[in-house]
Amino acid sequence: MFEITDKPIAAADLEDLVITNADGAVVTFAGVVRGHSKGKKVLYLEYEAYKEMAEKKMAEIGEEIKARWPIDRIAIRHRVGYLEIGETAVAIAVSAPHRQEAFEACQYAIDRLKRFVPVWKKEVWEDGEVWVGREGG
Amino acid sequence: MMKVKLKLFATYREKVGQSELELSVPEGSTAGGVLARLVADYPALAGLAGATMFAVDQEFAAADAVLYDGQELALLPPVSGG
Repeated sequence: MFEITDKPIAAADLEDLVITNADGAVVTFAGVVRGHSKGKKVLYLEYEAYKEMAEKKMAEIGEEIKARWPIDRIAIRHRVGYLEIGETAVAIAVSAPHRQEAFEACQYAIDRLKRFVPVWKKEVWEDGEVWVGREGG
Repeated sequence: MMKVKLKLFATYREKVGQSELELSVPEGSTAGGVLARLVADYPALAGLAGATMFAVDQEFAAADAVLYDGQELALLPPVSGG
């Protein structure tokens, strides 16, 4: 349930992986490719991951969530390779007995992922390209 | 001497032209020491070194982490997933 893949992904696909009869809420998050960055028109993004470590770190985020909330099931999938505008780069699904913890845990998961999971993106514009660093978000 | 597998990502991979290098380094070498040696070989990397994080065998490590034979060292530019 913690996966780096080069295939297209969709947040809805993760819902079935996490929902159980004990749950009353499923929250999903999809991070999608924006068409503009700092006033420049983006043509596409290129994502790259340190796959083994990224999957391990995503699983650790899952463990952190289980320790903080009454939540058992979390799924995170991050895509790598060339992504067009509007495509999903990262998808997260969290199920919980009640909505509040599901919302909180889902936000926690994406915040942690963006800080610690070794995945990088390159923005490619009409007149150049750059690997986005922490400052660039 | 000992062997270390060096994994390179994003800007590092592009500037070096490879995603992985097998290096022979002296016993007792540190993660930061290996980076310094790489920067000496590829001066174009100099501007990146300050913001780089390290991972040894897929776990975050400090610049002064001592390496052992057969370990995998990764140079991690600031991450930008999501």
